[in-house]
Amino acid sequence: MTNLGGNKMSRHKQIRIALNNCGVIDPENIREYIARDGYLALGKCLTEMKPDDIIREIKDSGLRGRGGGGFPAGLKWEIAAKNQADQKYVVCNADEGDPGAFMDRSILEGDPHAVIEAMAICGYSMGATKGLIYIRAEYPLAIKRLKIAIDQAREFGLLGKNIFKTDFEFDIELRYGAGAFVCGEETALIHSMEGLRGEPTIKPPYPAESGYLEKPTNVNNVETYANVPIILRKGANWFNKIGTEKSKGTKVFALAGKIKNVGLVEVPMGTTLREVIYEIGGGIENDKKFKAVQTGGPSGGCLTEKHLDTPIDFDNLVQAGSMMGSGGMIVMDEDNCMVSVAKFYLDFTVEESCGKCSPCRIGNKRLYELLDRITQGKGEMEDLKRLRNMSNVIKDTSLCGLGQTSPNPVLSTLDNFYDEYVAHVTDKKCPAGECKDLMTYFVIEENCVGCTACARVCPVGAITGEKKEVHYINPEICIKCGACEERCKFDAIIVK
Amino acid sequence: MTKIKTLADLERIKNEMRSDKDLNGSQDNSENAVKIKVGMGTSGIASGARDVMDFLIEALEKRNIEALVSQTGDMGYSYAEPTIEVRKPGQKPIVFGYVDVKKADLIIEKYIKLGEEVEGIIPVNYQTIDD
Repeated sequence: MTNLGGNKMSRHKQIRIALNNCGVIDPENIREYIARDGYLALGKCLTEMKPDDIIREIKDSGLRGRGGGGFPAGLKWEIAAKNQADQKYVVCNADEGDPGAFMDRSILEGDPHAVIEAMAICGYSMGATKGLIYIRAEYPLAIKRLKIAIDQAREFGLLGKNIFKTDFEFDIELRYGAGAFVCGEETALIHSMEGLRGEPTIKPPYPAESGYLEKPTNVNNVETYANVPIILRKGANWFNKIGTEKSKGTKVFALAGKIKNVGLVEVPMGTTLREVIYEIGGGIENDKKFKAVQTGGPSGGCLTEKHLDTPIDFDNLVQAGSMMGSGGMIVMDEDNCMVSVAKFYLDFTVEESCGKCSPCRIGNKRLYELLDRITQGKGEMEDLKRLRNMSNVIKDTSLCGLGQTSPNPVLSTLDNFYDEYVAHVTDKKCPAGECKDLMTYFVIEENCVGCTACARVCPVGAITGEKKEVHYINPEICIKCGACEERCKFDAIIVK
Repeated sequence: MTKIKTLADLERIKNEMRSDKDLNGSQDNSENAVKIKVGMGTSGIASGARDVMDFLIEALEKRNIEALVSQTGDMGYSYAEPTIEVRKPGQKPIVFGYVDVKKADLIIEKYIKLGEEVEGIIPVNYQTIDD
């Protein structure tokens, strides 16, 4: 037996559980899934286990929701199972929307049957006969492969009536999201499926009590479901030996940004950021200096050098000022301006706020405007206090998870890169050289031979000077496109 | 298609697949075939995996090499797309990255035919649930 817990005895840093079949089987051929023990867990559950046994197994495994919040999956199932109703629903949240994240898409494209099997198991354990997958329309290949998989499962009798000769029936339909980020929030997702506006509502009632069409509904994310068949096949005790004390199993991350090996990785909880970035990810592109890693998408934060040895799990990341989120991991190097990064995420949030509650609708817009001002060199020191105060108010008073977490990128960059904010405000400089408004192009007189190449390439006519004489760039007209610097053969133009 | 009613039915399909029938389950003794999987997730396709797969199917047939080419999902190596896995009979599978049509041609001529090394091998860097 290989000891999967801890990294001492393992040969590799990665263990593929959720990605077990991804890149291994033909996702459009159910027989290949079955050849890898697919639907064995469903068969065993239906013929050998009681619903309570399954829920206990999932609880014992310690599986927590992989969509971001980390709520214990078994507990969610148990609550939905206890609530009595004539109809219940199993919902799969495939509304993956974090910038740079593609874990769920890859699982659905590479192993759709794992999600179907898990949803059927969940249906049996909570007493639901209907499953719905809420998937964004921007994922056409995942949709196509899911449809093929559902059809094949029906053809093989693994969806439909009397599955494995029992009384259990279960079927799955797809529902399409139009790409609104807030619809990844479970109450907004449910409203969207009902044909209503994708707006969140206050919890409680939780979906497990009153969800889709006001019936008890279990909502889990794609990756959470993808773990379920394997947990039931290998046993809770196998699964809960992997990971840390409070976060069991593995997590899939989409490594992106300034990293050599961009791609999908699946590591046991408790792996450090350093191991993921340097050992698996191969380090920073072009051997630049590591500056920060953003986890948790627009709800998360930026972690720095000092966090690199933090073991990744739900609680540690929150403690470090970020969060697990769904698994996006964007690596930044010395050329990334952290104020711009915060602005990028706020721009996203402003765009995606549903507008229902004012702290999120108005507050985030004001936060964005403050950040914009700072990146233009028009900020004041007072603005930095305003940013922090407003962030805290938005967090405390917003209706749903979107607003409650949207200031995180601002707060974490303020905490970790305060000096960089100050440089923008007091020196009117962007240390990373990313904020165009804070850059000035200069001609180095000694180097300029007066070839006029720069003046000819300048799209706005900002450069003047006679032939064979030193040229001059007018900062009032210059749009900082950099064309002159690129064209100059004498290194006579620099940017500061 | 007979429906699956029991655990034994699952076992039967598993055994059928093990005994190396081709992907449609028809009788085709393919023990001696080279098996190639092409990573066809969104990122693979966007990087040209479909052209590579079409080329492989056509070229292997033209060159009389017994092979089974199939699609699979994202192998996880987005930086090196398109990626393919090649398993020669009786050998361990090898994953190649940065595979365009030219590279695919090289893999057939050098690795598959002659067993020579071709650049761009991505070493296995993970454990499976059965390890």
